[in-house]
Amino acid sequence: MDIFGIPTQALFGQLLIGLINGSFYALLSLGLAVIFGLLNIINFTHGAQYMLGAFVAYLLLNKLGIGYWWSLLLAPIIVGATGVVIERLMLSKLYKLDHLYGLLLTFGLALIIQGVFRNEYGSAGQPYAMPEQLSGGRNLGFMFLPNYRAWVIVASLVVCLGTWYVIEKTKLGSYLRAATENPQLVQAFGINVPRMITLTYGFGVGLAGLAGVMAAPIYQVSPQMGADLIIVVFAVVVIGGMGSIMGAIITGFGLGIIEGLTKVFYPEASNTVIFIIMAIVLLIRPAGLFGTQK
Amino acid sequence: MTGNAPGLPIARATGATRHQQIAFLVMAGFFILAPAVIYPVFLMKLMCFALFACAFNLLIGYVGLLSFGHAMFFGIAGYATAHSAKVWGFTPELAILFGTASAGVLGLLVGLLAIRRLGIYFAMITLALAQMVFFFCLQAPFTGGEDGIQAVPRGKLLGLIDLTSASTMYPFVLAIFLGGFLLIYRIVHSPFGQVLKAIRENESRAVSLGYDVERYKLLAFVLSATLAGLAGGTKSLVFQLASLTDVHWTMSGEVVLMSLVGGLGTIFGPVVGAAVIITMQNYLAQLGAWVTVVQGIVFVVCVLAFRRGIIGEIAHAIKKPL
Repeated sequence: MDIFGIPTQALFGQLLIGLINGSFYALLSLGLAVIFGLLNIINFTHGAQYMLGAFVAYLLLNKLGIGYWWSLLLAPIIVGATGVVIERLMLSKLYKLDHLYGLLLTFGLALIIQGVFRNEYGSAGQPYAMPEQLSGGRNLGFMFLPNYRAWVIVASLVVCLGTWYVIEKTKLGSYLRAATENPQLVQAFGINVPRMITLTYGFGVGLAGLAGVMAAPIYQVSPQMGADLIIVVFAVVVIGGMGSIMGAIITGFGLGIIEGLTKVFYPEASNTVIFIIMAIVLLIRPAGLFGTQK
Repeated sequence: MTGNAPGLPIARATGATRHQQIAFLVMAGFFILAPAVIYPVFLMKLMCFALFACAFNLLIGYVGLLSFGHAMFFGIAGYATAHSAKVWGFTPELAILFGTASAGVLGLLVGLLAIRRLGIYFAMITLALAQMVFFFCLQAPFTGGEDGIQAVPRGKLLGLIDLTSASTMYPFVLAIFLGGFLLIYRIVHSPFGQVLKAIRENESRAVSLGYDVERYKLLAFVLSATLAGLAGGTKSLVFQLASLTDVHWTMSGEVVLMSLVGGLGTIFGPVVGAAVIITMQNYLAQLGAWVTVVQGIVFVVCVLAFRRGIIGEIAHAIKKPL
């Protein structure tokens, strides 16, 4: 069966890859948006922290024999904890300065983390075995769906929507949103804003770590795995605008799908399609699809 | 639009101070005499990167716009210069002019998009567009993909002077570097440069004074891109090579680091910063990936404790602009 002259197998196959990429775009841009909301910095280390998540899972498995499911819990906590240290020791010194310094600092940190891992493990990727429970797949009639990939999409959706729910619908989230609007006032109401900022950074970074663990069985675990990805995620963030959590999720998944479809219909542009969309969005709606121009 | 807003100390700021004149003579003297003791190709590389950093600094230091994609102008000019010199047989000065103009055109296109957003967004947009240019260079037929354009002929300057040997190439590169440097100095200290600084300090006030801020920013962006292109084109003739390294985002990061180390918003800072970073890369080259780690550490230290940079600290100590 063909659609527009493309075999359905290929079409749905690329659509699936697009959804997988979209899951990671959504998780990463969500983390960036949460961090940006409260700290007003763009976390350039995000790609390195995603890589760190994958490596923590890899090391837990190979050094301590701790498997995928525990890694899924432990790696984000470990990566988040390093984030807390970074925020306390370094980022917290920069809040009074131009926000660009936060970008420069986190860029430097990304170079350090990626450089250290490249020295230790070289540029080649390390394989990470898929958890047994999720190996194999099922035939849906029109395509073959590997179980693990289905799991990544569902898990990412659940985490994204869970985060959205916590931020938009709970008391904790309302503190967070209030602190985004006016930290002094929230502080005056007796809420420990500096601690909230620290934990928010830790949480956003933890999301990147989680994305890294989920990516480990699909892509190889390599020191550079987050370096180019983060630039695409930046474009996703510019397209979505950073004002809204849901915006980050929708834009992430949507652009993943568009990228997948581009691979089917015009493969030459698959690397650049997101950047081209970014350029178009900037022309039509500079604040981004879901953003508000400040 | 005239550049004479009331209240700006144009006359005083336009003339070079004695300290700046001395610093310029020291710098020019160094580059004239240094080939006697230092490997000339290394010095030529240094001058190319120094000009690149000065061009970048024009934007961050005087307009307050952080571009994280300046490698695209540096790299694309390198490709254009190399291609025109090798395939079309352009003479070196025409090849570099062509490369510089290509970077200027790219700068206009990117600038039109990027100046629509400020601050952090501006940095992310330039980075993303530079990544797009990187993929373009990876796939385009004339760039040679992973191999780059190799064995680019240096050719004969104006069809007369053979630039193959370092003894003729060096003065040519020196002239380009000093010319570019003085041009940037002139831009910064012109009424136009004063308006740029006014925009950096307080954009709304500049708007209320009647300046078309967008146009000033765009022109500054194009100038910065063009001068980065001049540096990139020259570099491709010095090394007779145009490659993907020069368009990669790591190069954009390096030029940020050079300006930061030397001192953002200082005239001489980027030159000193480029010298420090290039020398460091040279000495640490055998350490492989540790170079990246060291650069990262320098970034972190500069941002946390040394934000004025080397020249910025000196200027602060003697209380004179440098």
